[in-house]
Amino acid sequence: MNSTATDKVTLERGKYQGKSIPRKEDRRLLEGQGSFVDDVRRHAMGYVHFVRSPYAHARIVSIDVGPALELDDVYGTLTGDEVAIATDPFFQIASPPGANVKDYALAVGKVRYAGESVVAVVAATRELARDAADLVEVDYDPLPVLVDARKALDSETTVLHDDAGGNLSWEGVYEWGNLDEAFAEADHVVKIDELHFDRFNSTPLECDGALVEYHRGTEQWTIHTNNQFPGFAAIMMGPALRVGIDKLRYVTQDIGGGFGNKITTHPQLVALCLLSRKLKRPVQWTEWRTDFHQSMSHGNERWFHGVEVAVKADGTLLGFRCKALDDAGAFLRYEPLGGVIWAQVTPGLYRWKHVRVEFTQVMTNKAPVSPNRGYSRMQHLWLTERIIDIVASQLEIDPIEMRKLNYIKTDEMPYTTPNGCVYDSGDYERCLDIALDLVGADTIDARREEAAARGKLLGLGIGSTLDSGTNNFAQARLLNPELQFSGNNEVAMVKLDIFGEVVVTLGTTPQGQGHETTASQVVADTIGCTPDMVTVRPGHDSYWNSHAGFSGTYASQFAVTGLSAVKGAAEDLADQMRRLAAAVLGTTPDGIVLAEGMATRADDPEAALPFMALGAIINANNAGLPPETEDITLNARYVYRPPFDIPDMETKYGNLTLTYATQIHACVVEVDPETGEVEIVDYAAVDDCGTRINPQIVEGQVHGATAHAIGAALWETFKYDEDGQLMTANFYDYHVPHALDMPPIKTGSIESPSPFTPLGTKGMGEGGGGGIHCVGSAIQSALAGAGGALVTDSHNPSERVWSMLRDPQASRSLVHVDPAS
Amino acid sequence: MSTEPVHDKLIAVQVNGETYEMHVEARRLLVHFLRDDCLLTGTHVGCDTGNCGACTVLVDGKAVKSCMMLAVQAEGAAIETVEGIASEDGELDTLQKSFAEKHALQCGYCTPGILMSAKYLLDRNPHPSEEDVRKAIQGNICRCTGYVNIVEAILDAADKAET
Repeated sequence: MNSTATDKVTLERGKYQGKSIPRKEDRRLLEGQGSFVDDVRRHAMGYVHFVRSPYAHARIVSIDVGPALELDDVYGTLTGDEVAIATDPFFQIASPPGANVKDYALAVGKVRYAGESVVAVVAATRELARDAADLVEVDYDPLPVLVDARKALDSETTVLHDDAGGNLSWEGVYEWGNLDEAFAEADHVVKIDELHFDRFNSTPLECDGALVEYHRGTEQWTIHTNNQFPGFAAIMMGPALRVGIDKLRYVTQDIGGGFGNKITTHPQLVALCLLSRKLKRPVQWTEWRTDFHQSMSHGNERWFHGVEVAVKADGTLLGFRCKALDDAGAFLRYEPLGGVIWAQVTPGLYRWKHVRVEFTQVMTNKAPVSPNRGYSRMQHLWLTERIIDIVASQLEIDPIEMRKLNYIKTDEMPYTTPNGCVYDSGDYERCLDIALDLVGADTIDARREEAAARGKLLGLGIGSTLDSGTNNFAQARLLNPELQFSGNNEVAMVKLDIFGEVVVTLGTTPQGQGHETTASQVVADTIGCTPDMVTVRPGHDSYWNSHAGFSGTYASQFAVTGLSAVKGAAEDLADQMRRLAAAVLGTTPDGIVLAEGMATRADDPEAALPFMALGAIINANNAGLPPETEDITLNARYVYRPPFDIPDMETKYGNLTLTYATQIHACVVEVDPETGEVEIVDYAAVDDCGTRINPQIVEGQVHGATAHAIGAALWETFKYDEDGQLMTANFYDYHVPHALDMPPIKTGSIESPSPFTPLGTKGMGEGGGGGIHCVGSAIQSALAGAGGALVTDSHNPSERVWSMLRDPQASRSLVHVDPAS
Repeated sequence: MSTEPVHDKLIAVQVNGETYEMHVEARRLLVHFLRDDCLLTGTHVGCDTGNCGACTVLVDGKAVKSCMMLAVQAEGAAIETVEGIASEDGELDTLQKSFAEKHALQCGYCTPGILMSAKYLLDRNPHPSEEDVRKAIQGNICRCTGYVNIVEAILDAADKAET
């Protein structure tokens, strides 16, 4: 067994919550009976293939779709010129200059990254659509290419969007506390010239796709899709298509992984909407793997420059300041939200009181970035963890002790950060101790000697992260005060039907998180039945009325927003069931017990109604019911709305997320000094996400997030050449870990229930950044005795490690201590 | 001697015990034949380059990535897909039960291919080591689980098949 349970479930809330019951989803998925987007078919549908730009930056001189249309069974095409007439540019989240970017479903006038969609072709088969796409003639006039974000604002650099007047999308200064005071009080100032967080994403195994039908009579579209945030897609697509969102019906069922990468498919979906209307037939699009890699949702690449850390001689951290430079790629599809999301975790896990970040985001000729598991917080937390390890190395302090000295303490919770976020609960030091114990840190010196005898360099690393969940969308206003977004919401409906069926409908769009299972656990405990008696409808359908503006599955929130909505609806239903049973059985609602599928008089076990009777009475046999039952429907809809205020715009102060789950990862690596190859020989992930509804599902999320992080730390990168061509456009070149790459993962857990959520739960699932940090940390530790190179990049493949061994001074010269210790 | 190029061909393929006789384009991939012509959509496509293994099926008892084989090459073959694993009365087999019990699947997209690779392993080697299991599924990418519970489930199924 890989798993080490270190703590019992903190709260016994019922018979089923807190238990690892088998998942409801599994049977259909194990039998090959899931319904993924490419499984959906319609009579006479056409297959869509996008013609994509081979250039990273070029003017479109002319497009000739004639040769494609001459092929038999090619149904039609769509070009950027048509799109520019039929739609408005997508709404931009940014304030100027980013607000002035014009983004359409297809390239209009010019292309800005290799792989950008230029023309869509529809034909009778997938193969034919691809053939026809090859016949489309596009004449390009190439332009200079901008790949390096650090050059984006130079005066001589090519400009992607003339409308924006340059390559800046957004900039802002965040400053909290008193930096002058912190640096005056410091015994040392540690300076790091440059750190780089690399570009990658989680590459869900199922690519994007949709089947779109246009209903001419009602002027509505039905969009079968694997988009994971239909609420966001709707607010992007409605205005672009010049229709109300009532015209857009989104339907999902099984989604083959998302990890945030399936949020920003609105450009493709708009192209499909236009095609289905133009061609009067359903159109189907399944993205090819190379298309996904070239064009979808890369994670935010970020540079940190001029990092200065104010620290006391004993290692106490006072404050830090830096410049952050974020590379958004060619369009702002969800950006510049990454420019504020990081602030949810401003001090990381540490008691820094004084922080200043000058944030700049630029556009480059690369695929647009969008949320990716750990979105924007991961980059910032990596900065805080790199600071710890680099400062510790410079001041010769044990990095474990340095963390323990500076961690926010459990008795300080709830803890208000310098920017007004409230960390709800947690025990970082305890999690660290468990992680260290799991990897056998107490014997590390002996193991280092043993490895050295085999010619290997051994190191121990730590990654401490927070998974902030349940966004307060008002944080978007820190980027653009004009935005009318704030708070958050999610919906659930629970009803009791004629034959006693308990049916739950959610607004969420799960991609493997087991929502059907955990929702059934909460409902079963709330209304008194078994999870087997509860049917949770798979997927999302905006015709069900079970959604609100922020519905979807993203940003670590279901256990809070989704399950709180489920709980609210189930409590309402239970209340109605008690009142109905009381009226029928001649008692008061308080005198009714709901258990084991029955409503029973507490004082008379013989007086009982099965759920089936309650469902039948209200739905099909309701004549003669007493007036006090008039408002009983046995159909409860509940909208959960977390408690949030709007942050102060001037000081950028306020609570940005409701919950903070903790992940402390630790690992031991061995580095081969000849090749730079890194082998992870021991790995532990300790997670604290408050009350767990289904511990096995939680542990599964921890495993998956860890695998993503290890992949990003060692192998996965979206690397571009100087012409803006992606070098890793498929799974040959973009190496995701397979079963032999992955080390055994030990897990541990504690539960620090959130005081702010109805079930004590916290959002989780994105905490894998811990793996990027701890692998980098361990590499630096391993190299300490072999030149002492410092890890300044999040991505450390063997060739980089080899270079660090050959030229340790290259990284060491980026770091200075003033005054020297 | 010159021959006319053939653009399509009538093929007969047995899938999960049932015979499918159809005209297919010569360039039709086996995976698209299974999904689009036989309507067996349990077999998935994840990469188009033969790396991910979501399309793994058994062709005459051997694990094959069905995106790397043409449908016409399967003429006369007996193919087994994920839809054929459970017994006809709907009872899941040991491997499927172990996957559910050990939480070896999350989104379920890679699962059909991994089940077929695992089945191929256990058909040949009923007592695999952990290393054997990891090697057997090396050609299958899972992005949700980190493989931890998949490996455990396959070992569990092997244990249970023994008893």
